[in-house]
Formats: sequence, C-alpha cells, structure tokens
Amino acid sequence: MLCHEAPDRVAQVARHWSEAGCPIVIHLDAAVGAREHDALRARLSDRPNILFSRRVKCQWGRWSLIRATQMAAETMLERFGNVSHVYLASGSCLPLRPPDDLHRYLDTHPGVDFIESARIEDVPWTQGGLDHERFTLRFPFSWKHRRWLFDGFVRLQRRMRVRRRIPRGLTPHMGSQWWCLTRETLDAILTHPRRAEFDRYFRLVWIPDESYFQTLVRLVSERVESRSLTVAKFDFQGKPHVFYDDHLQLLRRSDCFVARKIWPRADRLYAAFLSGPADGAGSATPQPGKIDRIFSKAILRRTEGREGLYMAGRFPRPDRIKATTSARYCVFEGYGDLFDDFPDWVRRATGLRTHGHLFAPERAEFADGHTMYSGALSDNPTLRDYNPSAFLTNLIWTTRGERQAFLYGPRDTPDLDRIFPYDPNADVMVVSGAWAVRLFRSDMPFAEIRQRATLLQKREDAHLQHLRSRWVKARVRITTMADFVEAPEEALQTIVDDLSTRRAVQLTEAPRMVDLSGFGQFLQNLRNVGMHPYLMGDFPTEEPASRDVPMVRRPYVAR
Amino acid sequence: MRRRRCYYRAIRKRRDLSPVAVRKDRIRKARTVLICVLRNELVRLPYFLDYYRAMGVEHFLFVDNDSSDGGGAFLAEQADCSVWTTAASYRRSRYGADWINWLARRWCCGRWVLCVDVDEFFVYPFCDTRPIQALTDWLDGSQVKSFGAMMLDMYPKGPITRTPYEAGRDPMAIACWFDAGNYTIARNWLYCSLWIQGGPRSRMYFRDAPAQAPALNKVPLVKWRRGTVFVSSTHLVLPRSLNQVFEDGGGEKICGVLLHAKFLDTFAARAREEAARGEHYAAAQEYRAYADRAEADADMWCMWSEKYINWRQLEILGLMSKGNWA
Repeated sequence: MLCHEAPDRVAQVARHWSEAGCPIVIHLDAAVGAREHDALRARLSDRPNILFSRRVKCQWGRWSLIRATQMAAETMLERFGNVSHVYLASGSCLPLRPPDDLHRYLDTHPGVDFIESARIEDVPWTQGGLDHERFTLRFPFSWKHRRWLFDGFVRLQRRMRVRRRIPRGLTPHMGSQWWCLTRETLDAILTHPRRAEFDRYFRLVWIPDESYFQTLVRLVSERVESRSLTVAKFDFQGKPHVFYDDHLQLLRRSDCFVARKIWPRADRLYAAFLSGPADGAGSATPQPGKIDRIFSKAILRRTEGREGLYMAGRFPRPDRIKATTSARYCVFEGYGDLFDDFPDWVRRATGLRTHGHLFAPERAEFADGHTMYSGALSDNPTLRDYNPSAFLTNLIWTTRGERQAFLYGPRDTPDLDRIFPYDPNADVMVVSGAWAVRLFRSDMPFAEIRQRATLLQKREDAHLQHLRSRWVKARVRITTMADFVEAPEEALQTIVDDLSTRRAVQLTEAPRMVDLSGFGQFLQNLRNVGMHPYLMGDFPTEEPASRDVPMVRRPYVAR
Repeated sequence: MRRRRCYYRAIRKRRDLSPVAVRKDRIRKARTVLICVLRNELVRLPYFLDYYRAMGVEHFLFVDNDSSDGGGAFLAEQADCSVWTTAASYRRSRYGADWINWLARRWCCGRWVLCVDVDEFFVYPFCDTRPIQALTDWLDGSQVKSFGAMMLDMYPKGPITRTPYEAGRDPMAIACWFDAGNYTIARNWLYCSLWIQGGPRSRMYFRDAPAQAPALNKVPLVKWRRGTVFVSSTHLVLPRSLNQVFEDGGGEKICGVLLHAKFLDTFAARAREEAARGEHYAAAQEYRAYADRAEADADMWCMWSEKYINWRQLEILGLMSKGNWA
C-alpha cells in the first residue's frame, strides 16, 4: 500500500485486509511527518501481518514512486513466504468486495498477472503530447514543482534531437499504476539479471509508475491479462476521479474489487464497504462500465459542454463552437407580410411553435399573444434589444424539445441579421422584397413611404449579403417576391415538407394571401419618384387581380 | 496597479474594524471560512448560520456595520463566529470589500474563503450529499483557485409582503420562484470575467435601462493568498486569473448558484431605508429603483417562473454546471 495522506483511512483499510488474512506492507511517504508515521505504526502494532517498508519521499510522476514500490514488494516477498499474489494499492483505495471474493477470483485465474499494459502506439490517454517521448527523452525535473524547467528541458532536447536508447529487448508499454502480479512474476522482475540497467533507464523516464512494471512484465510473464482490478478513472487533465458518499450504489453495482480514489472523508463509503459481510457477490466479474459512463460524461461536459448554453461556467467564443443555439429553429422572412395569418398556419401545417415578429420594434410578438415567454423572457423591446443574441439563444435553450419558428424582416432589430445566418440550427426562408407590401397597405404619406422603403431595402440587402455569404451555415432558401407570387403553393408545400415535425402530409389548407392588386403600380410609383425597388424581382406593373392561393390537387407522393 | 491599490486600501481600512469577539484558535484550525458583512439582519441570521454550518463551513467572520437590532450581540455568542464591528461608511469601504479584503488577508491566507451576504445561499453541485470540503478538496486537486456562481434572484408568488418571514425559517420556502432563462452575458475583458445581468430585477425594475441592472456574476469561493483582493463586492477578484471561472473554448467549468432571497416581506422597508441612506452602489440607484416601484408591492411572479427544487434542477436548466466533477 502506497500512502501519502489520511493515515486514519490507511489504518482502517489495512486492518480490513489484514483481518481477512492478507499480509500488508505499507509504504508511507517520507513527506508525512514522523509523528503521524509513529502514530500509524502504533495503531497497527497489534497486527502481526502488517509491516512498514523503508520510507522514501515520493514525487508524482518520478522514479521515487517505483523505488517505494520495489522496496515494499521486496519486503513482502521476503517476509511473507506464502503469498501467491501481490496487489499494489494506494492509501485512498477502498476494497469494494470482501477479500475472500478476490481470493476466489484469483484462484480461478491461476498464474495470471492482472496488469494493464498496452503498447504506447495504441493508447490515446497520454496528456500533454508526450507519449513516445516519455521513453526517449530525459526527465530530470519535476513537472509539478519545476514546470518551466521541465518544459524548457523537453524543448531543448527536441531541438537538439537528443534521443535515449531504450534498453535492448524492452518494448515500452503503459497502463494503470495499480496491478496484481503473481509472486513468480514480481520476483522475476525484482531479481532480473539486468535490473540495474532497467532501473538506470527508468530513473529518467517520465511517469515510470505507469510504465516500469507494465513494460517489464512483458519480459517475464507468460500470462498477462491486460486490465487492472482497481477501478481508477482519470479525467481530461489526467488526475483521478474521486468517489464520494453518493457513489455508494454505483460502486456496489460495479462488482469491482478495489476502487480508487476515495475521498478520505467519505464516511458512508468506508463504513459500508469495510463492515460488509465476509463474502458477498461471490464470483461476479467486475463491471466497471457503469462507472465509466458517468465519468466519460463528465469529461465530455467539461470539454464540449451543452451546445447553445451560455452560463456562468460556459461562455464560448463564437469561433470555438459549432452552433450558436441549442436546437433547430426556423426563420421566415417576408411571409408575414404576404399572409395575414401566417404564424397560425405554420403552426397548423407543421406543428412548429411559431411566433410573430419576435424582434419587432414595438414588442416581441410571442406566440399566442403571450407577454412573457418560456424562461420568463419579457416582450419588452428595450430588454430584448439590450442583447438580442442572448434573447434568441435563451429562447431556443428554454424551449428545447419544441421546435420554434419566428418571423423576421428588415423592420426588426438589425443586430440579428448577422447571427442566425451563421448558425447551423437555423432554417431561413426568405421572400425578398415582401416588406414593401406592408408599406403598400399603409396609409402613410407617400414621401415617408419612399424614405422607409429606401431604408428597409438597404437593410434587407445587407442581410441578404449575409445569407449569401460563403460562411453561411444556416439552410437558406431565398425567393424573390415576384417568383413567389407566381407559384406560392409550391413554396408553401416545400415549407411543410422540409420543416414539418410530423410525417409529411399534403397541404390541405393554404394561408390567405393579402390583396396585391395595385402592388405593381405601387412599385412603379416608387420608381417614378427615383427609388429603385429591386429586391422583389420583376414584378409586373399591370398585374391581373390578386387571387387567393388556389389549392391545386396535384399528384403528390407523400413520403 | 488596481490590485495594489485595493490591497493597501484594505490594510488602511483595518482601522475601521474593532473586534467584538475574535476566536483566534478556531479561525486558525478552520479550512473553510465564511466572511459576511451585514447590517440589521437579525431575523435572517439563525437560518443563515444553520444553512452554512450544515454545508461544512468551519468558521464565520462577520463585520457588523452598525446594526441596531442586536445582531452583533447574537453573533458574538456563537462559538463558531468571530465578530468585528464598525460604524464607518459602507460606501466608503467600497461596499464592504475593503473590510473583507482585510479580514481575509489577516486571517484566511491559505484557506478557502466563502464571501456571501446574509440573503445569499450558496448552492454547488452535489451540495445535498457532499460537504463543502469535498468541493474545496477537489478544487485543490484540480489546481483551481476560485469558484464562480451566478446570483439567482428568488421571489415569492404574489405580493412580497403577503407572507411574513420569521427567524429560523427557510426563506426559500417563501421565495421559491425564479427566472430560468432570461439572463444576458457579456465579457468583461478588462477583468477577464463575465458580466451577467437579467432575472426578475432586470425585467421588473430596469426594463427601461437594462444596462444599469445589477450584475449577477460572483466569485464567492476563493482560495485566499496574500495579495488576493475583491475589487467590487464579490463580483470581481484580482489577480484576474481568479475571475476565469468560465470556459471560453466550448466546455463547461464547474460553477454554482447563489440563491438570493432578498425579496421577502422585509424588502420594501429596507429598500426605502437604503434609498435614503445612500450607502449602496451608485448612490443606491438600485434601491431607489426598488423604492419607486416596491411601493406598489409588485408581484414578480409570472406563469413562466420556475419553482425551486434542488441543485439538479438548476443544473438541468443550465444555470449551473457540474463541470467534470462527477
């Protein structure tokens, strides 16, 4: 047992093993004070099968850890002649199953060495880009305490192309530090004729505790089972995950033998596992998969996070994320001007929650006339325009599970026109130039209309440039108003086909298009006063009377 | 420079504080210490102490800013509280930050310091099953030196004066509603921090001037070193690296929430008093905004308000995160 903290827990766990008949050699880090060391010895003095090995000051990732292990292992083999397997554990390891279970398990696998040992070419878990270089460079400095020297020395060696020769016959392997070896294997490693050479080599390897035994075992053992009997999960920085009281059930169900690392003050865990019955689950095979799952989820959360969420712990730079928002949504531009009841129709036809002009200058027109919406978003335009992008991401985040759609146009808060085009979650449907319909129907003085039209056209043009940019990520469909009015039913059917959250259906009901008679003349009037309305396409001046969208029943293959 | 100025200012301001009950041995033994500045909050204290004791806070340092309700005496009797008193101006101590900086520097170097107000209740991931030492040990192990939290304003349903608050009661039993998703975030590049605004205060009292709405980002838990200072309340800490409690590369860092149970029946009177006293931020502009509207005894509740259940709910709603703690 390699220990460096929480001597009370060490004593408790050591007593547990020892009472079950397992001899123990404890190595207590020399950094721990003499007083605590003596206290621990005194507490365990009544157990004849607990010994203490000579103390070394251990440093993380350094040779001293191997030195401590070697000395403890030598003591073990020397003093306890009847030991058949040696299990390397740490002071924060906790046996999850009774020692008898472990005995039985080892008996059913005679002569097998349980040690995780994989070729370095095949493992993805190394941190900091050092994998093969762990074995070919020299690491005389501590990474924890002399980081800059460590890094500088690595750089220097890389630049000078210094390479160490790996001792003949060794193939570097790596794996978990915690193993269970048979007496024969361990003895063969410790009394290997070339041990002095190996030790000299590994003294300057980085993190030898993950490679010394893992490499040498391949030289001397015939039957290596490459997995560790200790569950020890590492997070993305390479430090072990810690188990707490609330992991009790998880650990119980995992059927693993030993878990690391346990928070020293997890009283319930220690109480539950150290006082359990002498024989429990019997011969069940360890199932660390359940534990794996929650920890790999944690790592994913730390490295990727929940997409589209902005909060006190996650505020990604725009260039570092895939999507601005958390779920798909649709933006309709121009449709709201052409059809009076468009949001309701979309709702009925596709099942999308369709809002009005969410970014209208008067107020945010939430669906169903709400003045507040999900997440307690207010329809107040000042609040919304204080941070329109947050308004959008909040809305999409708080309504996840129900797809949203809203209308947008050049009248609305302009900041947004450069946000959703670059969001892969957006479906943008545009009828360009349709903003003019609203002007056409208004009773403003014509001079004012002209001014407005100029402004709106400019804005929409700028927005369309975003939508047509090479970097656009939204799915964009742009039609000019003239084309749309030619065949509105086709465009509407496309909407239903593409966006419907239900099974594709044939359109049975079309929204009511506004009366466009005289619109061509209106555009001509604008032209006559010197404005150039072009975004609506070639709209004929002499238009026949407007029409409702006729419901053409064409043969249509429903998917 | 700024840090230096705050640091020496704090040392100068130590003269403001006169000790009432200082339990040196207990402070020295404690690894997690709570520092709090308060004024006339007696009614809230019993529950406040219970809450943080249960969380595992080992010692409390209080600055009693001229209370007249006997709060200071009450605290001085508690075995795990050390109390200083001052009659100096709250505003001129930069809203208490100078006092906190001094006490933390004098007593808490090398310890984890939790700085909260009496109406703030700290919630962190797994706070129902793991004491705060589990969190601080884990942060130590991850070499993280500060822990961020968003303030979450809690409010009752109906007018806030309807249910009176009694000493010892859980304020979140009355003010159990909150806004789940109307927060706006911007980056403060100068201090490497986030600037979070929004919530019910913003939508009720600052709807015409959202830029002036109170900041909700806080760094309440800091591993104190000599030279660490809070710049403005606990919103900003220096050195700047301590403000980096968020991830800007796409992931989530672990963070918590401060449940802010300000809106109880005592609030309207308090708002009037503070508005007149003018000792709060920007000449108590915030309190004046409340006083103007709180007369109407506003109901902050709306049909989209969420009812508080536990930290897991806040985690799912995206107000806090477990990060890679599991």
